[in-house]
Amino acid sequence: MSNKNTVISTKNMSLTFQTNDGPVHALEDINLEINEGEFVSFIGPSGCGKTTLLRAIADLEQPTKGEIKVNGLSPREARRTRAYGYVFQASALLPWRTVEQNVALPLEITGASKQEKKEHIERTIAMVDLKGFEKKFPWQLSGGMQQRVSIARALAFDAKILLMDEPFGALDEIVRDHLNQQLLQLWNKHKMTICFVTHSIPEAVYLSTKIVIMSPRPGKIAQIIDSPLPKNRPLDIRESKQFLDIAHRVREGLRASHSYDEEEA
Amino acid sequence: MERVFQSKIFAILVVLLAILVIWYGAAIKLNTPWQLGVYERAEITQWTKKQFIKDTLNQKRPVLPSAHQVFSEMYKTTFLKPINSKRSLVYHSWITLSATLLGFAIGTCFGILIAIGITHNRALDRSLMPWVIASQTIPILAIAPMIIVVLNAVGLSGLLPKALISTYLSFFPIVVGMVKGFRSPRNIQIDLMRTYYASPLQTFFKLRWPSALPYLFTSMKVAIAIALVGAIVGELPTGAVAGLGARLLSGSYYGQTVQIWSALFMAAALAAILIMIVSLVEKHVTKNMGAKS
Repeated sequence: MSNKNTVISTKNMSLTFQTNDGPVHALEDINLEINEGEFVSFIGPSGCGKTTLLRAIADLEQPTKGEIKVNGLSPREARRTRAYGYVFQASALLPWRTVEQNVALPLEITGASKQEKKEHIERTIAMVDLKGFEKKFPWQLSGGMQQRVSIARALAFDAKILLMDEPFGALDEIVRDHLNQQLLQLWNKHKMTICFVTHSIPEAVYLSTKIVIMSPRPGKIAQIIDSPLPKNRPLDIRESKQFLDIAHRVREGLRASHSYDEEEA
Repeated sequence: MERVFQSKIFAILVVLLAILVIWYGAAIKLNTPWQLGVYERAEITQWTKKQFIKDTLNQKRPVLPSAHQVFSEMYKTTFLKPINSKRSLVYHSWITLSATLLGFAIGTCFGILIAIGITHNRALDRSLMPWVIASQTIPILAIAPMIIVVLNAVGLSGLLPKALISTYLSFFPIVVGMVKGFRSPRNIQIDLMRTYYASPLQTFFKLRWPSALPYLFTSMKVAIAIALVGAIVGELPTGAVAGLGARLLSGSYYGQTVQIWSALFMAAALAAILIMIVSLVEKHVTKNMGAKS
């Protein structure tokens, strides 16, 4: 536990929602350690609590039991120190702001200077390959470009942690491939730690150094698979034997955790 | 030819023509008994149809004045009288308009403040909203004189009491619209602000306020029209001597139907112009906020 490279850790963490239909055990007994520079994917069927786990790390949900540490701090403290950037399922861009104004939003909130904002906008927009679109409004962009803007926005605090909740779920496969590649480059170049929620096995295997398989009702960690794939991953690595082996293990893991039960029944 | 039928102007003209036909038809019918009485008293027994129709449409105090009577009265009282004259429609309109605008401005600010309270405080949400709704069930005609009397007792008179009656009506649509507007940001947008550790004030100005602006303009269009109604109604039971409401009242005392109708049309025209102004501001603002044109 005292490993200084541990960025995110959870200990016996449980989270129960009180609803009108009684308590819902979204997460139960989650123990997890994420080290600096890892790319961790959370995969599992809907209802397995993968999004809830990400939200708990981001202090958007409160665990009912156990604890979470982010950079050694409580999630709330981590949020206060702006330790992470968060990318939502939908781009959540503010429609009345242009691309650059959207990217500048977090900096306006921290009260960055004009010069800082300008430099930052230039840098992050270049990072997500959106030069020339600074003055466009969100509705003038495609879905993939919108999600890229929201990634640029999440990089605003130069946070080393990026939390991503099915960021490419709504995009078509070609755009998704492209963005996956860009994300890997970004991660490689900036030595970030990324937590990535997905329900796509190829996406999880392609991106991750660690794949966390979760099972539903109650949401639990079923298995953790460390990926031996090299850091540098061209798209066609997905046809390699190694890749297919890991994908197979992930699928087996999901099956073992009864993730396919409903469909088979 | 087909293009002519589908054009906007054609549609407008058809509706306008239909209104005029109904209007003149009704005017002839409603003014006939009086006209027959006039002929009887003057012992005229022979008249042509044309003469009869012309007479029914040009009575001095008709049950229903005809369009040309109303519009010539409006023209006369708007352009041919000095603006500061008591007979000028512009003078009376201005009296009502100033109360409308003041009342609307106060009502809009007041409504926004209440909506902010309701959206940010659970207790206010539960306790305030029923009163806001209840306030609108009280007939304004009943409460208007009391507002005037009470405010007079505390030394307020003139424009403000009348404006406050406008406020009383116009704050309501603003509250309802803005509560919905302030609550319109989606959950992920609010979560986004949380991940930035944004203060409530920042969340309000960066997210809730811009999200609510479209609702504000919709509410303002309703509010400004009923602010005008409020100003006119406020003049009725309070014995006002000037303003469109006073014009309506004196018209009804002396059977000046033409005067009543021209005041009504003036009020309608004012409302239309006010709503148009709000729409123009809305267009300008939403254009700057990246609306698809």
